[in-house]
Amino acid sequence: MGHIRLKNVKKSFGDVTVIPPLDLEIEDGEFVVFVGPSGCGKSTLLRLIAGLEDTTGGTIEIDGKDATALPPAKRGLAMVFQSYALYPHMSVRKNIAFPLRMAGLPREEQEKRIESAARSLNLTDYLDRRPGQLSGGQRQRVAIGRAIVREPAAFLFDEPLSNLDAALRVGMRLEISELHKRLATTMVYVTHDQVEAMTMADKIVVLQAGVIEQVGSPLDLYRHPRNLFVAGFIGSPRMNLIEGPEAARHNAHTIGVRPEHISVSQDSGAWKGTVGVSEHLGSDTFFHVTIDGFGEPLTVRAGGDVDLHYGDTIYLTPDPALIHKFDKQGLRIA
Amino acid sequence: MARAVSTRSKVLNTVLAGTLGFLMFFPILWIAILAFKTEGDAIKAPLEILFDTGWTTESFGAVQARSDYFKHFSNSVIISLGSTFLGLLIAIPAAWAMAFVPAKHTKNVLMWMLSTKMLPPVGVLVPIYLLFRDFGLLDSRIGLVFVLMMINLPIIIWMLYTYFKEIPAEILEAARMDGASLRDEVLYVLTPMAIPGMASTILLNIILAWNEAFWTLNLTAANAAPLTAFIASYSSPEGLFYAKLSAASVMAIAPILIMGWFSQKQLVRGLTFGAVK
Amino acid sequence: MATKASRSSARLMISPAVVLLLGWMIVPLSMTVYFSFLRYNLLQPGTNPFIGWENYYWFVTDPSFRAAMINTLVLVGGVLAITTIGGILFALLLDRPMFGQGLIRIMVIAPFFVMPTVSGLVWKNMFMNPVNGIFGHLAQTLGMQPLDFFGQIPLASIIFIVSWQWLPFATLILLTALQSLDQEQLEAAEMDGANWLSRFWFIMLPHLARAITVVILIQTIFLLSIFAEILVTTNGGPGTATTNLTYLIYVSSLLQYDVGMGSAGGVIAIILANIVAVFLMRMIGKNLDA
Repeated sequence: MGHIRLKNVKKSFGDVTVIPPLDLEIEDGEFVVFVGPSGCGKSTLLRLIAGLEDTTGGTIEIDGKDATALPPAKRGLAMVFQSYALYPHMSVRKNIAFPLRMAGLPREEQEKRIESAARSLNLTDYLDRRPGQLSGGQRQRVAIGRAIVREPAAFLFDEPLSNLDAALRVGMRLEISELHKRLATTMVYVTHDQVEAMTMADKIVVLQAGVIEQVGSPLDLYRHPRNLFVAGFIGSPRMNLIEGPEAARHNAHTIGVRPEHISVSQDSGAWKGTVGVSEHLGSDTFFHVTIDGFGEPLTVRAGGDVDLHYGDTIYLTPDPALIHKFDKQGLRIA
Repeated sequence: MARAVSTRSKVLNTVLAGTLGFLMFFPILWIAILAFKTEGDAIKAPLEILFDTGWTTESFGAVQARSDYFKHFSNSVIISLGSTFLGLLIAIPAAWAMAFVPAKHTKNVLMWMLSTKMLPPVGVLVPIYLLFRDFGLLDSRIGLVFVLMMINLPIIIWMLYTYFKEIPAEILEAARMDGASLRDEVLYVLTPMAIPGMASTILLNIILAWNEAFWTLNLTAANAAPLTAFIASYSSPEGLFYAKLSAASVMAIAPILIMGWFSQKQLVRGLTFGAVK
Repeated sequence: MATKASRSSARLMISPAVVLLLGWMIVPLSMTVYFSFLRYNLLQPGTNPFIGWENYYWFVTDPSFRAAMINTLVLVGGVLAITTIGGILFALLLDRPMFGQGLIRIMVIAPFFVMPTVSGLVWKNMFMNPVNGIFGHLAQTLGMQPLDFFGQIPLASIIFIVSWQWLPFATLILLTALQSLDQEQLEAAEMDGANWLSRFWFIMLPHLARAITVVILIQTIFLLSIFAEILVTTNGGPGTATTNLTYLIYVSSLLQYDVGMGSAGGVIAIILANIVAVFLMRMIGKNLDA
């Protein structure tokens, strides 16, 4: 259940090719996240899997069956939309019941599934309210409830947390991950937020301009980014990328080192620089350091109690084992 | 402005706006008063009318006796409702198709439809009159229903189109993902969401048809004349008739004033063809 | 959802509307054009020979045509001026905080919903009648001679009545447009040191420019066809003082039964309206793209 395979899938809108032919395998029970900047095609890819858009080429297989020509209703998938897409004229109960009604399920079975979904999502008190009377987080849960009761082969999430405020987002992230552990159903999740990707995914698919840049587990992408794009996209704050003579010294066109892999000293180190803006978070401090000969300022993470200020001299030493090297084409050098 | 507005300026605004508003509304108020006076009283000086004369409902009865008011009232009702609902029958599929299956030519078709409303009726007065005469449609309610439907069809289609377009596509997609067939989608999701828009469209068009005063004046005589024509018959001087005119007018405009109160937003949407939001 | 099946069923659903509107446009229109080239008078049965541009010639050279055109322009121009300026002022006023705004708004909007025959007769008799009307009574109490509105200033009286009817329309449109103006823009201007007049001139008015144009174009199209108010008050008189193009054609067609001439007039009216319509369609088209 829930095994999805895309073979040579291509999508064009008129003359514009949005997704050149790509292959992707999603295993049963996996939590796969499509991540990438705006316009990279991640939502389009999701909608192709859902059947809301037709492919221009290639095949989509769901559990071994060719689903490319099947309409969305027949694919056995459930989708949670970014704007929740709840039916405004129906109560929460009726919203959740709708897919079951369409499937012709008998009344008692419908009730059973609705009650169970409501209980697991803390919606039991709201079953008779209308979406207009609910908060953003509650609406989100109703949308999820509507998907759960269908007991689909896979769940599709289209940037579900984008419309929530920051605090709510963190809570819902945990709830969705929890849901995945409980149901063990395949989940395909689209987001532009790499933090969501890193914390929730079993497997991350990084996309740019319709092309898959890299597929791997979160730690895989963190430790071994295949190219400059993935290196700069995954990890927050961004990896420092340095070109020029310093990179040449390491036999590369560009080297990268993450802010958390650089140690800081007031007396000595590999690179000497001046402290620019510093961001004190209490738990950590992030220094933006200008170093002579390096184009951009570097971002460095240090402990919360380091006492350096704007204009101070600082010495940075990168961990040599954790320096990433990239060639002229931006690809990783082993 | 989220600042505390002084009560003084609020009062000033209220007085100014209230006075001007009252002046605009005064003619309507005045005939509402005159409708309840005797003919003799109705031509006295205004202050005298207000304070020195008694109230009566005799004028309402006189109007009905003089010229079968209720027949004309029912003509107005039949013509307004008939043309509106006939128009809906044709407009709903058209607006649905244009809103949900957009094609390259959709915008042009829509604009062309709107342009037919800009045809001055007097430009086709002659042929319509002659055609009606030859087909025995002069002074018939059916003929009028057809004509009024045609002149309002562009507006009905336009308004329905805009309301349909406002239904978020994602909700319809969600219904599709939930396993709904096209019929299910239209029946259980689209229609309930479109009902407020349809009600607004119906309201506005009843108003426009009720008040239409070109075709209703030129294509009807005793039989099918709606209220517009009926009131026009008071234009020949008949001696004292202010009270009757007021009574007849009040009865003619009352339903529309009430409907109009509910239709302000729809008016903007329907009659500016979306050029003003 | 745009599969081929949907496309053809969509075309089917649009077709009744398209067919009807096409018929409504083409049939009467072509008949009008056809008749305009014939000598055709309903009072003189017999043949209706083709006479080329004769109808047009006689229609246009008739002195009442010139009067009707001038009256039409004055009527439309007058109402436009009053309703546009009045509408802006009313909209600005109603946009301010006040008590009872809902009620005041209803009072201001109400005249638009009164049928034209009622408003024509009510104003003519209850207000403008020099003997029994309120204006007459008012003049007498002030010791002045009552003004015979329809005797002395008939066209102005009609302009007044029509403006009363259409001022609410302009107000409503302009108020809607005004309320869509982002308050923050005005606040930013205030912080930049602009007083009310500057804010009005540099921010509110440009924002309203679009709505004002729409109001003018749409009203023009409807005002060219003013008919009922003239019919019930003056029947185009005294003489041709209140005859506009629409009324002139009506007289020609249905009172003088001269179908040929009336049709020629009709064609001229259509051309005039079309000129305005072209501009209006351009504005609508821009909006549909948005």
